[in-house]
Parts: sequence; C-alpha cells; structure tokens
Amino acid sequence: MNVPAAWYLILAAVLFGIGAFGLLTRRSALIMFMCIELMLNAVNLTFVTFARTLSDISGQAIVFFVMVVAAAEVTVGLGIVVSVFRRRSSTSVDELSEMKG
Amino acid sequence: MSTAATLVLLLPLCGFLSLLLLGRDLSEKQVGAIGTGVVASSFVLAVVTFVLLTHHSSREVTVNLFAWISVGTLHVPAALLVDPLSITMCLFVTGISALIHLYSIGYMHTERDFRKFFIYLNLFVFSMLLLVLANNLVLTFVGWEGVGLCSYWLISYYFDRDSAASAGQKAFIYNRLGDTGMLIAMFLLFSRLHTLTYLAIFERAGTLTPTVATLVVLALLFAATGKSAQIPLFNWLPDAMEGPTPVSALIHAATMVTAGVYLLVRMSPVLALSHSGRITIAVIGGVTAFVAATIATSQKDIKKVLAFSTISQIGYMVLAVGVGAYSAAIFLMISHAFFKALLFLGSGSVIHALNGEQDMRKMGGLHKYLPLTFPTFLIAWLAISGIPPFAGFWSKGDVLTNVFEHNKALWALGILTAILTAYYMTRLFILTFLGTERFREDTEGHDPHESTWLMTAPLIVLAVLTVLGGVLDLPWLHHDSLAGFLAPTFGYVAAGGHADTVAQYGLALVDVVAAVFGLLAAFSIWRNITESSRYESSFLEHVWHWDDFYDATIGRPLTDAAQFGDDVIEPKVIDRAVTGLVVGVRRSAEGLRKVQSGFLRHYALAIVLGLAVVIVFLVARVG
Amino acid sequence: MIATTYAIQWVLIFATSALLILVGAVGVIAVKNPVHAALCLIMTLLGVAVAFVAQSADFLAAVQIIVYAGAIVVLFLFVIMFLGVDRREHIHFEPLVGQRAFAAGGVAITVGGLIVLMARSDWVSGASSVTTKLSSGAGNVRELGTAVFTTYLFAFEATAALLIIAVVGAVLLARREGSTEGEESA
Repeated sequence: MNVPAAWYLILAAVLFGIGAFGLLTRRSALIMFMCIELMLNAVNLTFVTFARTLSDISGQAIVFFVMVVAAAEVTVGLGIVVSVFRRRSSTSVDELSEMKG
Repeated sequence: MSTAATLVLLLPLCGFLSLLLLGRDLSEKQVGAIGTGVVASSFVLAVVTFVLLTHHSSREVTVNLFAWISVGTLHVPAALLVDPLSITMCLFVTGISALIHLYSIGYMHTERDFRKFFIYLNLFVFSMLLLVLANNLVLTFVGWEGVGLCSYWLISYYFDRDSAASAGQKAFIYNRLGDTGMLIAMFLLFSRLHTLTYLAIFERAGTLTPTVATLVVLALLFAATGKSAQIPLFNWLPDAMEGPTPVSALIHAATMVTAGVYLLVRMSPVLALSHSGRITIAVIGGVTAFVAATIATSQKDIKKVLAFSTISQIGYMVLAVGVGAYSAAIFLMISHAFFKALLFLGSGSVIHALNGEQDMRKMGGLHKYLPLTFPTFLIAWLAISGIPPFAGFWSKGDVLTNVFEHNKALWALGILTAILTAYYMTRLFILTFLGTERFREDTEGHDPHESTWLMTAPLIVLAVLTVLGGVLDLPWLHHDSLAGFLAPTFGYVAAGGHADTVAQYGLALVDVVAAVFGLLAAFSIWRNITESSRYESSFLEHVWHWDDFYDATIGRPLTDAAQFGDDVIEPKVIDRAVTGLVVGVRRSAEGLRKVQSGFLRHYALAIVLGLAVVIVFLVARVG
Repeated sequence: MIATTYAIQWVLIFATSALLILVGAVGVIAVKNPVHAALCLIMTLLGVAVAFVAQSADFLAAVQIIVYAGAIVVLFLFVIMFLGVDRREHIHFEPLVGQRAFAAGGVAITVGGLIVLMARSDWVSGASSVTTKLSSGAGNVRELGTAVFTTYLFAFEATAALLIIAVVGAVLLARREGSTEGEESA
C-alpha cells in the first residue's frame, strides 16, 4: 500500500510555505525567482498526488503545461532582470521603489 | 341669491385681475373707474343679497363654489355662508370701500404708480369679503392672510421711504404672529371636532371640554389682537400710518382691523363655553381701550392720534365681545367705520390742502378755508366723542350698558376712556381747525383750498351716515333693528339680559356727562396753546415705551442670537463640519497613499496576507 | 508504527523525497550565495522528481529533471554569472519594518489552514475516471500523450505559441541599447 496521499499533500503545502516565506524575505531578485520555482513545484506535486488519488491523467497533463509555462516565465523574467539590473550593480528589489505614492 | 353672493365676492377679484393684466395702458380715469366700479357694483349686489336673505326661508344659506380640500377626514369646501352677520359685514365693507375708492381717485392723482394702488385695493376688498363670507375657518384664514398681505403692500406703498418699508414689515410680522393663534385654534378644533366648517363646529361645540374651549378662545384672541391691533400686538398700527391716507381709512379704520372682532363674534358659540376666555377678552379690550386713549392725548401727528383712537375704539368692541354683547360690538363696528373713515378722509383732505403736512402744531384756523371738510369733520368729531344724537353715542352707549351689567370695574374703565376720547378728539379738532393759522410755511403763503368733488363727495355721504347711523339700533327699537336681525346668528348663544329702562337712562346720562366733560376740558386747555409739557407726557407719546420694551426683550436678543449664529456657529460649526469632512477625506487618502510604498516585497506580503484571509474563511466554513 | 500499515519501500521513498525537498528548500531561502542557492534548488527539484516517480508520474519525473533542473536552473546560473551578482547579500539586516514577522505569520496561517482543510474535508473517493484513466495498462507516457494531444490539444497549441513569444520577448529584452555593439560583433 502506498503512502497515503495526505502526506505528499502536506509536504507540498510546507514546500509552498517555505517558498512563500523566502519570496517575502529575500531581497535578491534571483533568489526570489528561485522561491517562485519552489512554489510552482509544490503545486505540481499537489496536482500529481491528486492525479494518483483520483486516478485521472488530467492532473499530470496540467503539470505538463505548468512546467511549460514555468519555463517560459523564467525566460522572460530573467530577461527582465537582466535588462533592469544591467544599470545597477546590485539585484536588490528594494531599490526599485520609484512607483511609490 | 347664490349668484348674487358669489358675484359680490368675485367682482373685486375681476377688478384686480383686469387692472393687473390690462391696466398698463389705461388712463388714470379709467383705472379709477374700473377699480371703483367693481366695488360699487359689489355693494349693490350685497344690498340685493341682503334683501333676498330677509325674505328667505332660512337665515343661513350655504353657497358651494367647489370642493377644495378633501384629504382623509379633512373636508374643506370652497363655500360661502350667507347669514345675517356675514351680509352685514359685506354691506358696510363694500359700501365704505366704494366711497374710499372714489376718494382715492382724487387723493392719489398724479402719484407714481396710480394703477398699483387700485390693484392692491381691489385685491384687499376681495380678501376681506372672502374672510367674511367664508363658511369655514380655512377659507377665512385665506382671506385673513390676504388682507394682511395687501395691508403690507399698501403700507409700504412709498417703498423707497425707509420708514414706510419698515412699517410694512412691522405690520406683517405682528400679523403673522397673531396668525399662529388662528392656526392653533384651527388645529385644536379639528382634532376635537373633526370639522372646520362653522355650522358644523357650532353643532358639535358642546362636546369640547372647558380646557380645550378656553385654549381655542385664547388662541383666537391672540389672532384677533394681531389683526385688530390690541394688546399685546398693537404696535404696528401707529406705524402703519406711513401708508397713504385712503389706506389708513379703509384698512386700518374700517375693515381689516375689524376682522379680529368679526372672528371672535363668528366663533361666539365656542366663546360661550369658556368663561375665563371671555373674561380675558373683556379685560384685554378694556385695558387696550384705556391705554390707547391715554397715548392719543399726547400725539402730535394727526394720523397717529386717529390711529390710537382706532385701537381704543376696537378695544371697546373687543370688550363688548368679552361680555357677550355681540350685536353691540357689531353696531359699534359699523358706526365706528362711518365716523372713523370720515375722520381719516377728512384728515387726508387737510393734509392734501397743506401739501403733506401732518403735524398738528403746524395747522390751525382751517375752518375758514375748507368749507366742506370742516363741517363733516365736526360731525365725526361729535360722533366719536359720544355726543347725542350721532351714531357714536348710541353705539358706544350700547356697549357700555352691556358692560355695566357684567363687570362694574370694566365699565368704569370704559367711562374713563370715553372721557379721554372726547378730550383728545377735541384737542385734535381745535389744533387743526380752530385757533391761529400756523400753516403759512407749508402753503407758501397761499390759502389752502378744498379738494375736488371726488374727495369731498365721500365725506358728505359718510357724514350723513354718521348722523343717521344711530337708527340702526336705537334702544327702544332693539328687537326690530340690527340686534334683532343678527339674533339668529347668535341664536346658538343665550342672549344677554337687558337692564330696565331707568338704569338705561341713567347710564346714558353718565355717558353724555363724560363726553361733555372731556370736551370742555380740552376746550379750556387747548384753546390758546399748541404744546404743553403739562398735558402731554413723553411717556405717553412714546406709547408707554412699549416698542422699546419689545425691542429690549425680543428684538435685541433675537438679533444678538442671529449675530452669534453668523459669527460663531456659521464659521466654526457648520463650515468646520463641511471642511472637516473634506480634510478628513484628504487625510485618510494621504494615509492610504502610504500603502503604495513602492517596495515589491510589501505588495507580495499583501498578496500572501490576503491569501491567508481566504484560507481562514474556508477553514471556518468547513469547520 | 507507520511501517506496519504501509509498505516499507513506499515509506522510504517518501522519506527520501521529503528530505531532499525540505533541505533543498530551506537551503534556497537561507544561503547567502546565489550560486549555492541554485544548487539547493536542484536538490529540491530532484526530490520532487522522486515524488513524481513514487506517484506513477514517470514521464513528468523525466521532464522535471531535463527541463527544470537541466534547463531552468542552468539558465539561472547563466544569469547569476552574467550579472556578477554572486556576491553575498546581507541577510540578517531587514530594512522593511515588520516584514519578516508578518511574512512568517501569513505563511504559517496559510499552510496551517491548508493542512486543516485537508484534514477536515471529506475525501472524494469516487470511481476512477473512465475517460482519462491513470493507468489503463498502456503505460504512463502513452496515457499522458493521449490526454495532451486529444483532450487538451488547444492548451498544448497555446503553450507552444507561448513559448515562442517568450523566446522572442526574452531576446528583445536582453538586447543592449544602440547598435554599436551589434555592428562590432557582426
């Protein structure tokens, strides 16, 4: 008997939490991106677990597409990071505060 | 008869409307003709209605014009009540108005805005007739307000004169104060009796408790003091002399000021239910008569003397109402209308002849120059002083006789007032027509001359009426005359008893003695002087400082409160509330602006916190 | 113990994947050097791949390693090197007031709430899907392929277009201003 799905789900939830905490706490843009990847992986894990419990391949299909979109997102995101931080020497997002007020 | 009665009411209204809409291009003669014509025709029709009423089976005829207000239990028709009281009032109102309209054509000749005068006068006559002919309190109130409004317009006729404008305002405000009394009376009556029609009120009046009846009576009395210039709301009438003299004659001597007395007389069944109410009415009437008479002895302006005289005579009428002598009050009202109008029109003639001079110290010796004004004025003077056989002796005597039977103290006050009346009227007569000529300055050396026939004809007619007016209600013809005619109206009230013949003759003798005493006293004092610090006191001249008293207790505090409102409440409270709202919004907006910190991580935190809230909500729902 | 109710191999696999995932995740958010963080990320991704295999998502495990660990993380490392930001970040100093506290609180509530939701809700135990069965005996790849290319064909085409757009966008974004650089290199 396989381990119950709940364990994987809790694992995914905790992974999501860690990723969210890191996103809010770290200042470096690149680390923040990595935390986003953590969160996406947590979601993927959840979907796959549900695919297993409900015996439905759709869960895995969704994960497939999430991965594709994540790849696209990272591409564009890192492009933006490059173009923004080329002028500055640090990647701290706290410096991008011209939109205040 | 309904047609005739309706036309009596509507003809002056037609006059008003046609002069208002079409009168701009008409000449003075045509305007005057229309204005006088409608009122004269109204008088003729009133006579016709009177004759028809005497031959009618019932003495109360209701003429329904149209259904006016019908809301829930409140049904107020626009209807007329033709009964002895209202037709009597109509007759003398239209008659005297017609004479005064004729007089005004001459008096107001070449005045600016001749047409406007007649417009207001016609509207006034319509309102007064509406007041008198209405069959319910609400319609009467409409007429009541209408006469107040026309009075305001006519007093402020010379509107560019500050004193005239203020006088108009003063009259209107005092009237308005009295109106609250009438409204309260209407509210009370409707809430208890569920009707405002006179006949229905009289039928159901018996169900009123004494307290409510007293309240109603006091409220009506308050309204009457406002309209008829009694204590405490009389101060407007002397100021109202700012208006042209025909206005003073018509409105402030003969008609509008009698409206208050009419109201009280009309509501006699309700008055019958409240003993304390009637006592209050009688006391107010008696005291007012006395106070006004004292003031009149020290006035220097001829019209002011006549104004206070009016207040005093109406005080007699109110006193009569208070003791239940309703027909005596009406008799005095009619005869007073005759000789007071005559006095005012005569004084108008004098003022006209002296190019506008109104101060008696600058008159004198006019008997030589005004051959028609002088004898008519003399007749009026004798009448008001109470000399037989003129109308004043009979009517005032009737009132005093009735008062004697009910309250000796008030009768004594009445006799004292009669002495003063004779005294000040004689003083006026001497200063104006007799003695040395002091007017040469005003006429620039010329002789004053008599006025046109337009002005003297009404004087003659009124003089005749004053002489013969006593016939209306001679004591030995009592039941066949005015009192008998009016009796059905007061049939709801127990008629007062009458003293026996000896007492009547005795009282009549006292009246004559009082009048002669006052007359002789005036002659002896004023024959050779024009001013006297001994017999004229500044306290009396300043109306017992009554106006100053009102100013100090009511006027000044209210003005100060208004000033306070303007200085303090307006900027500090109201403005601050409004701008405070604005400032509050701005401050909160600036506070909220800080949420947009520009830091990416703050926004991300906000998203996560929002997510946390959603999860908590879901947990709560599931749990 | 747990081992008595569930088969030991599955428990061990779960433990492994859990360990890899958690250590890697904590590492990502805790280390100062971005390069080290990227390596921790790889560890996490491997752990997730293990979890995928355990849940019979073989194809996805492979794709995870090839695409995620192999391409995306490499891309990360490229950019880190490119920008020269492998210097250390001052972790201990938090300039925004209360950020850490609120973040911790919010995350804790979220995760706790999710777990509670999972514990309290009724599991849908229903019948297995008929149309898109997880394992109809034809193998995971074939199943997944059938699902993607028939039921979710539109999504597939859309994501393909998305990839192209992303590539074009990234190229445009990363270009240097001015054409001097381009002429010299050409």
